[in-house]
Amino acid sequence: MRALAWHGKHDVRVDTVDDPEILNPRDAIIKVTSTAICGSDLHLYDGYIPTMMAGDILGHEFMGEVVETGPKSTLKKGQRVVVPFTMACGSCYHCGKHQYSACDNALPADNQDIAQELYGQPMSGLFGYSHMTGGYAGGQAEYVRVPFSDVGPIVIPDGIEDEKVLFLSDILPTGWMAAENAGIEPGDIVAVWGCGPVGLFAVQSAFLMGADRVIAIDHFPHRLELAKRFGAETINFEESATYEALMLMTGGIGPDAVIDAVGLEAHGFFVDNVIDQIKASTFLGTDRIHSIRQAILACRKGGRVSMPAVYGGFVDKFPLGAFMEKGLTLRTGQTHVQHYMPGLLNAIVEGKIDTTFLISHTLPLEEAPKGYQMFHDNQNEVTKVVLKPGLALAAE
Amino acid sequence: MVNDMGTREALASDDAPLVTAKHGTAAGQSDTVVASAVTINRPAAELYAFWRDFANLATFMENVERVDALDDTRSRWVVKAPAGKTVEWVSRVTEEAADRLIAWEAEADAEVPNSGRVEFRDAGARGTVVTATIAYDPPAGFIGKVVAKMFQREPAIQARRDLRRFKQLMETGEIATSARTLKQLEEQD
Repeated sequence: MRALAWHGKHDVRVDTVDDPEILNPRDAIIKVTSTAICGSDLHLYDGYIPTMMAGDILGHEFMGEVVETGPKSTLKKGQRVVVPFTMACGSCYHCGKHQYSACDNALPADNQDIAQELYGQPMSGLFGYSHMTGGYAGGQAEYVRVPFSDVGPIVIPDGIEDEKVLFLSDILPTGWMAAENAGIEPGDIVAVWGCGPVGLFAVQSAFLMGADRVIAIDHFPHRLELAKRFGAETINFEESATYEALMLMTGGIGPDAVIDAVGLEAHGFFVDNVIDQIKASTFLGTDRIHSIRQAILACRKGGRVSMPAVYGGFVDKFPLGAFMEKGLTLRTGQTHVQHYMPGLLNAIVEGKIDTTFLISHTLPLEEAPKGYQMFHDNQNEVTKVVLKPGLALAAE
Repeated sequence: MVNDMGTREALASDDAPLVTAKHGTAAGQSDTVVASAVTINRPAAELYAFWRDFANLATFMENVERVDALDDTRSRWVVKAPAGKTVEWVSRVTEEAADRLIAWEAEADAEVPNSGRVEFRDAGARGTVVTATIAYDPPAGFIGKVVAKMFQREPAIQARRDLRRFKQLMETGEIATSARTLKQLEEQD
């Protein structure tokens, strides 16, 4: 089959590799019909995530048709399914609590060592996202082996096109959980850093959960425009001073809840961020964290901090004093996708949530490297690249 | 023999398991002792029964090729060694209590003196806490290398990995693998 493989920093290629096979009783093989490049794939592309190996197949947002099933799979050939990016066994203690991304069993035993050392306990396995998260082949490919297929994949009713449901795999539940983690109460003012897909879905979700006002912060005009379309007020941090603007917009109180949807590649030319960049380039620190720092400073006393953004290692200059003195609450974590999928599928079918606005480009799988480069170089206009293995190359 | 991890010497000043002691040898002898605990969301009786059938150990212990029962308490262990070779010894059950405890020890002529103990403690809604403790006296030379491989550079790592696989098998009915093809799966074994 053809598959998009990582070969190094800014070097991804479509390779020919062996087709996946059923290896465990609960496996299924999915023939991919649509798969997307995630903002967090750019962290891999930029070489920020350790434990990548040349030839690793990327992609954790995908859907397709069931073509083969193991004896314990509950799926049937021909069904269309969206696959959660977090794998979960469904039978451990954490799965029982619907903490699917904390599943004890989805990560191969040997791959659990790294996270055990770095984080104290290993998390669940992820598709196509380094060997620390399992070394599983991802979905930017013609076929994928899906373990625990009786727990994760959600069957999509006929007549709903891929574009409407593809984002159930990651970014829609992630945006929703970000808003849920912000503990939104009716009448709240919510500020969202980052208007990528997760930030934009968090904006939509916050309003659905009863927020009175949502303030979206970014520096890409097109992305701010999309946030505005969903009713958000906007701050372009290149044109306005974010903290001062937030204080004026909230009567000096600060937002009741803040959401950091930026993560470890925070852009922006701020003094502390520049120091982070120097440290990152000299291996003194892994993560650049301007957005979470600013969110904590802006948040009102006793407010809530939600952090869907991806952080991998250690940070310094985290405003622990402000966090403690103001009595803030922080909630975060990889998304418990399986928990949110059914409700969000209903919301899509009922027309309460729109996801199709995000897709700016659709390319054949063969052009995936171009998709990565476009997404990396032009994040203003390129909001989401969807890859279609079945799409023929455009005639030259 | 290995001490019961839950039992403290009178001199101990805290409640931490003995094997986590920073000073001195935990078992009070020259053996290397490793312990690992895992909580498995299954009843103790089921876990005990699976483990007591020693032939099953090869399904989740990476370096154990096979274990053949010789009689009710003795079993022959065949352990993978470098260059496709194997090392064998006979183990004897030294203590057992239904659904709670199994202890075993290699017979005196074993090239690698070793003993082990696994305890199953009911943990209510969380299932069963399984604590495995292994003690061995690594010899020098070729056999020493086998032992080093069997227990990895850090002895605790292999015990921890094996227990994780035991948990996966008991809770999910399979052992997780990131292999994509049968060929890759075989290469990992």
